[in-house]
Amino acid sequence: MRNNVKVSGRAGGQVMLFAHGFGCDQNMWRFVAPAFEDDFRVVTFDHVGAGGSDLASYDPQRYSTLQGYADDVLEICRKLDLRDVVFVGHSVSAMIGLLADLAAPGLFAKQVLIGPSPRYINDGTYVGGFEPEDIDELLESLDSNYLGWSSAMAPVIMGNSDRPELGAELTDSFCRTDPEIARAFARVTFTSDNRADLAKVSTPTLVLQCTDDVIAPVAVGRYVHDHLPDSSLVMLTASGHCPNLSAPAETIDAIAEFVRS
Amino acid sequence: MVSREAANEAFYRALLDDDPEKLYEQAPCGYLSTTPDGSIVKVNTTFLTWTGYSREDLVGVRSFVDLLTPGGRIYHETHYAPMLRMQGTVREIALEIVASDGRRLPVLLNAALGRDPDGNPVAVRVAVFDASERREYERELLRTKQRAEVSEARATALARTLQQTLIPPALPAIPDLEVAAVYRPAGTGAEVGGDFYDVFQIGTGDWVVALGDVCGKGAEAAVVTALARYTLRAIAVRVSDPSQMLHELNDAVLRHDTERYCTVALLRLRQSNDGWTVTMSLGGHPSPLLVRAGHPPTGWGEPGSLVGVFESATYADSALRLDHGDALLLYTDGVTEGRRGNEFFGEDRLRLSVTAHAGSATSLTDGVVADVLEFQNGMPRDDIALVALRVPTAAVPLTASRERYSPTS
Repeated sequence: MRNNVKVSGRAGGQVMLFAHGFGCDQNMWRFVAPAFEDDFRVVTFDHVGAGGSDLASYDPQRYSTLQGYADDVLEICRKLDLRDVVFVGHSVSAMIGLLADLAAPGLFAKQVLIGPSPRYINDGTYVGGFEPEDIDELLESLDSNYLGWSSAMAPVIMGNSDRPELGAELTDSFCRTDPEIARAFARVTFTSDNRADLAKVSTPTLVLQCTDDVIAPVAVGRYVHDHLPDSSLVMLTASGHCPNLSAPAETIDAIAEFVRS
Repeated sequence: MVSREAANEAFYRALLDDDPEKLYEQAPCGYLSTTPDGSIVKVNTTFLTWTGYSREDLVGVRSFVDLLTPGGRIYHETHYAPMLRMQGTVREIALEIVASDGRRLPVLLNAALGRDPDGNPVAVRVAVFDASERREYERELLRTKQRAEVSEARATALARTLQQTLIPPALPAIPDLEVAAVYRPAGTGAEVGGDFYDVFQIGTGDWVVALGDVCGKGAEAAVVTALARYTLRAIAVRVSDPSQMLHELNDAVLRHDTERYCTVALLRLRQSNDGWTVTMSLGGHPSPLLVRAGHPPTGWGEPGSLVGVFESATYADSALRLDHGDALLLYTDGVTEGRRGNEFFGEDRLRLSVTAHAGSATSLTDGVVADVLEFQNGMPRDDIALVALRVPTAAVPLTASRERYSPTS
């Protein structure tokens, strides 16, 4: 399957589907997902273009909107016959999950959104945190950091789909992919606007917000919480955009309390 | 002259002068230490000099990520920080530090995550290298690469367009004869190939079929391909024998200002009462395979000279009759010389493939090209062109149209 889906945890348990954000791959869940394996059937995957996904399946047209990524989430659920899913989306995958939820109402029993942002670019009185030129700067940043990428490297990384552990020798591909794909995903992510979709979501949702997140500031987390009809907001003491890496225990506790309630 | 003793003394003096504190503060790179979540706890003088901040501006006040451009912050949070956390180190990260006066300083960063004995992250140590000139050079490289990619895409599009003009856009439908053709350029098709074919009508029940291979590839080969194709069409109007046509083509290519030459299999097909009479001449080209029910495929035709090499070329005509169920397969050497390692696809494999796919003209061309491609893992080293001609097995239902195409001679 092109999404490099991994299934672990308790057979027959409720499904917990983890979706990683822009930048890296499903290894982002390495410190969090295992904590749920005793009680849940844990499913992780790589978005097409990331990690061990099939880069050859990357279709610029399909992935020119977040809906394309949401369709992949639905396809994974369909192929694995997943129901009553607890969806856990980090960063841009929060909105990808939201779009999947709207396309297939009832598929998700609950949603956990970690560091969500319905729009990254400021718009009138709405503060997303970024100006359009900041996104151009990000694309430039990607370009200058992918200088080491050569087409000769691609097959090595593509062949690296089965990585049980992140050892020293394979970490070169963590957070690295074809620069064209990285650019396109960055553009789709940071120019997306899903503010209007928030109100349509009726699934019980937990918003996890870090105290000092430069990508999804506290005000944005509050905005998401305020506009989702059935949501709770938990402020983490962790700072940064990736509490799943920097504060796994706190993240696990918050998710556990929500899913077991 | 400096004595060895004096040199030693100077060396030790310099060493004493470079105590650890100075080594840190005045190192030729910036140093920063932060907590695992990025708060700056220690910074060296070099970094402060480069950026114009005071120690009080930074230590205990700012996070490392605050010093980056907004775009750089996203990169930091989505790539740098996760990699550092998972791998323990990151190297050669290109970012821009915003100096105290707003100036942007392009830097390269190496960072290492320090852990306590239990493995918990306790500190991040960052070495900062001024990369202003390098970044400008890299930008130039990047621009050059982008220009090269645009040019390459254009060249490929041009090659594809040109290629399409060298083979018929669609094969004409010939009553009472199945005709099928396949053309597969070498590699990714980014270059114009040298193989060509053509099928055109002279009169009622009177057709010419040509298949050829110009030596080489690219624009210069395309010139000869076009020359051969259009010259044959012109000659066919007044010359009837394929061998005579090849003589004239040979003269035309020799007169043309090119080093290139080609091979051609040239056929004239005339419909007779119940079947077709084929006259063929070969100009340095592999013999087509004659496929008849109950017989193994056999090569057919008299060899002749390469076209465009010799003034005194010799070409001979061969003739045969194609009855119901008979087929001829014309091919270029890209088929038999398809390679896997040191092994060629070869004539034996070709004959087996032909026998396996002999059902119709289309199954012949499609089946053979599929076998040749599979043999080469889908990436042919040379152009492949195939034309199959086959007289349908059963009586053709359209008797009316058959009468219209009564034999001419």
